[in-house]
This record gives sequence, structure tokens and C-alpha cells, in this order.
Amino acid sequence: MRSEKTNRAPLGLKIAAAAGLAFMHLPILLIFLYAFTTEEKTYQFPPPGLTTQWFAVAWNRPDVWAALTLSVKVAAIATAAALVLGTLCAAAVSQTRFFGRETVSLLVILPIALPGIITGIALRSAFSMADIPFSFWTIVLGHATFCIVVVYNNAVARFRRISGSLIEASLDLGADGFQTFRYVILPNIGTALLAGGMLAFALSFDEVIVTTFTAGQQSTLPIWMLEELIRPRQRPVTNVVAMIVVIVTFLPILGAYYLTRDGDQIAGAGK
Amino acid sequence: MTVVAESLVLPERRSTAGRLSDFFWRHPRVLLTVLLGPPLLWLGIVYLGSLFALLLQSFFSIDEFSGLINYEFTLATYRQLLSEANLDIILRTVAMAALVTLVSAFIAFPIAYYAARYARGKWKALFYLAVMLPLWSSYLVKVYAWKLILAKEGILTWVFEKLNLIWLLDAWLALPIVGGNSLSVSYTGTFIVFVYVWMPFMILPVQAALERVPANLIEASSDLGGTPAQTFRHVLFPLALPGIVAGSIFTFSLTLGDYIIPQIIGSSRLFIGQAVYAQQGTAGNIPLAAAFTVVPIVIMGAYLWMAKRMGAFDAL
Repeated sequence: MRSEKTNRAPLGLKIAAAAGLAFMHLPILLIFLYAFTTEEKTYQFPPPGLTTQWFAVAWNRPDVWAALTLSVKVAAIATAAALVLGTLCAAAVSQTRFFGRETVSLLVILPIALPGIITGIALRSAFSMADIPFSFWTIVLGHATFCIVVVYNNAVARFRRISGSLIEASLDLGADGFQTFRYVILPNIGTALLAGGMLAFALSFDEVIVTTFTAGQQSTLPIWMLEELIRPRQRPVTNVVAMIVVIVTFLPILGAYYLTRDGDQIAGAGK
Repeated sequence: MTVVAESLVLPERRSTAGRLSDFFWRHPRVLLTVLLGPPLLWLGIVYLGSLFALLLQSFFSIDEFSGLINYEFTLATYRQLLSEANLDIILRTVAMAALVTLVSAFIAFPIAYYAARYARGKWKALFYLAVMLPLWSSYLVKVYAWKLILAKEGILTWVFEKLNLIWLLDAWLALPIVGGNSLSVSYTGTFIVFVYVWMPFMILPVQAALERVPANLIEASSDLGGTPAQTFRHVLFPLALPGIVAGSIFTFSLTLGDYIIPQIIGSSRLFIGQAVYAQQGTAGNIPLAAAFTVVPIVIMGAYLWMAKRMGAFDAL
């Protein structure tokens, strides 16, 4: 007989877990408070007063809009490239057996397993050796490289759950490979791809380390923020932008979670 | 008899797509090549290509007078890497990464254990989201939040003042090494932010390892007279260790290569990432920057090899 007592958490554990979660969340909540502060010059706490005027100021800033648009464009194209490459790779690894399968998985993971600065500087020196000028496309190239793994992880997890007999049945019933992909495989992996795509978008939207190496004069939103962090000039606008970034990245994470929560492996388990 | 057998075989497809699909079916190798080709070309050329090109440069040296790269094989750059000042940077970074990893494991364990063993149903989902959201939220915003917190006029000083503990904070800042003018320019500040940013990566692998520990194993231990401390020491911890090692791969590697956190919150003494950044940027010494990147690659290679031997990858 199982005793009831063992199913209740000891008080010490509860406190330690709650304190750990508070440590993770309070700093982010603080961002929301600071977006409304009336203080312009310092990071004074508690805020001397609350105002919503900085939202209007941030709204009218062309440099913030330019950075935001660039980030969205880069993330959209990098995600599209990662979706195609990641799905192809996942299909090959999960549906077939071949020599060097493990190596392929390792190769896909490598761009995020190694510190970002290595990926960044490697790409940068390769671009300068090949005389490729830094542009919008060099940023996309870098982002797509490390976004592949996110799509790949989600797609591989889902491919594993598709029963092989489903595909065989489709082929037995006379569908060709393309029809099987369109009517059997795609509906099955669709939500996993959507989740992977959302996470890849969030990852790219937020990336700064590789971007500092592969961007020329352009500034994506994280680069704009980095400059503000090193040399604070407009603290109130930065506060508002930080809050917006938090909200923009939360939505894809929540979306990806709800799309894949029934699965055995949930999206984003590894960044 | 032959009639039946023939009707079992479908007529040959006429459309291009159909023929192509039949061709792939008969030649699975070709299909595999078509599937794997684009991603492997991308990763192989774009990623591995530039990585090897970078590593190759670490065997070149820089001409001290002209500042141009001398394209001859030499180990001079590595001799330079092992100079005292640079070894200092490497040791500082590795010590920081090790400390961050230890403390992250310490904070992450209770969260992971509660989520794995006690959280059920709705609570479990909530716990999962509570871990995922900070993990995925913007890196720079997290660093920025800590800049707000650690600033001299910020919330932390305010809290210490309200608790009448400001003398404690001042005493801590007066210490050598860990202290400084304010928390945001001290090693303590750098350390806190590193832990904050990378600790969430520890939780999920540890939780995955703990989920696999059967509850009756822990009950058996206490039935046999083990105290909670003994149960933890002899049952829970050894079983969670592969998960901790898997999580430490992230915390360790990410701390090793980071150059933004110590730049924004920390003293002026460099970490490996900052050294790489400075060498390739202002100093223009790509060979030395490349040699510096070899350090985290070698350390992570050794680390991954050890982790693999401990079975950490099953917990990922």
C-alpha cells in the first residue's frame, strides 16, 4: 500500500523550488515596471512616478521601427530556410538508416552546442576571406545555420511517432511518394513544423552574438538594444523596447507549447 | 493464374511526379541524397567550412610591424596564447564557468525534483511553462533587467537599505576579487547574471533524469531506514547525475563563450569571449583570436567525451 505521506512535498523542497522560480521570474517582471517609470537619467528604484508617455515616444522613433522591421525580416527568411533544411534532414534521419546517421545529428546540433562567438567569428572570417560584403543576407545566413536545429529537433520527435504502416498503407492504396507526403505525412508533422518554426523565429529574433559578427552597418533590434546597454542614451525608450521584446518572444513560445503539448517530446526542450 | 498475378502489379505511372516517385522507391539511396543533400551542403560549406578556415588561421601569425597576416605555418600564435596574461584570462573564464555550473545545479535541482515528483496535471504544465518562458525570453532583456537590479540606485540597494543590511553589501563590495565599486562592476555581479541567464538550461535535463527514477525506489530507501539525506546521497543524486552532467554542458559551454555579459556587467578584466572579440576587432589579430577559440572547442570536446562516457546524452 502506498502511503499518502510520501506524495506530499517536504516544506524545504517547496520553499527551494518556489525561491528558484521567483529568482527566474522577478527580474523579467521588473522590466514591466520600469517601462512606466518617470525617471529618465538613472535606474532609480522605487520609480518616482508612473507614466505611459514613453510608449508614445518609442512609437515615434524611426530607428526603433527600422531595427524591428529588419529583425522581423531576417527572422522570417531564416525561419523559412531552416524549415526546409531542418525538415529534409529530419526526414532522412528518421525514415532511413544509413552510415553516419549519428554524425548528421551531431553536425546539426554543433552550431548551438559550440559557443555563439565561435560560430560568429568563423562566419565573419570566412566572409572576409571570400570577399563577401556584410549585408542583410549574411545575417540571414548565420541565423538560418543555428535555427536548423530547432526545426530538426521538433520534426524528428514527430517523425518518430508516425507509424511506418501509415505510409505503407498509403503507398499500397496507390498513392505516389508526393501524394503520401502531401496527404499523410504533412498533416501529421504540420503542427510540429509550425512549433519548430515559431521557436526558430523566436531564436532568430533574439539573437545577438552571431549577429554582431555577421552584420555590417545594419542594426537588428537586439543590436540596437546592445548599443543602448553599452552606452545608455535613451533609457526610457530602451525600457519600453525591452518590454515589447519580452511580449513578442513569449507569444511564439506559448504557441509552440500548445501545438506540441500532447506529444511525448515537447518543443523547445533544448534551445 | 498469371492474370491474377499481373493485376496485382499496378500499371506504370504516366505522370512525371509518379515516375519520379517510383524512381525514388526503387533507388532509396537517391532519395536519401536528395533529402540530405541541401542541409548537409549548407552545414558543411557554410558552417564547417568557415570553422575549419578559422582554425587554420590559428596556425598563421601576424606581422608585428605591418599588422598583416603572415600566411606561413607557425606555432608562434599558440606560444603567444600561452603567455601569462592570456593564461590568466583562460583560467578566469574556466573557473567562472565551473562555479556557474555548480551553483546552477544547486538552484535547478529543487525545481526539477519538485516538477518531476510532486507536480501533477495542471501544475506540471504550469511548471513547464514557468521554466520555458525565462529560458526562451530574450537574452539581452535578461541582462538588461539585471543592469536595472544591480545598479547603485537600483532595487537591490533599496532592499538592503530597507532591511538595514546595507553594511553587509558594503562589506561584501570591500572584499578583494569579488568586490568593486558597485555590484554592476564586480565579479559578483557577473557571476549572478551568468547564473541567472544559463541556469534554466540545467532544469529540463535534470528533470528528465529524475522523471525516470521510480518513486518506490525512494520509498524503499526510507523503508530500509535511510534518512532523507542518505536517500539523496545514495539513491537520488547518483541517478540524477547524468541529467546534471547533460545540463552542465549548456551552462559550462555558454559561460565559456559569452562576451556580452562580462562586458556589460563586470570588472574590466577580460574573459575568453571578450579576448576573442577584442583580438579580431580592434587588435585585428585574427590568428590569435582563432587560437583563443580553440580553447573552448578543446575544453568542450573533452567535456563532451566525458559526458558521453557517463551516459549524459540519454538524459537530453
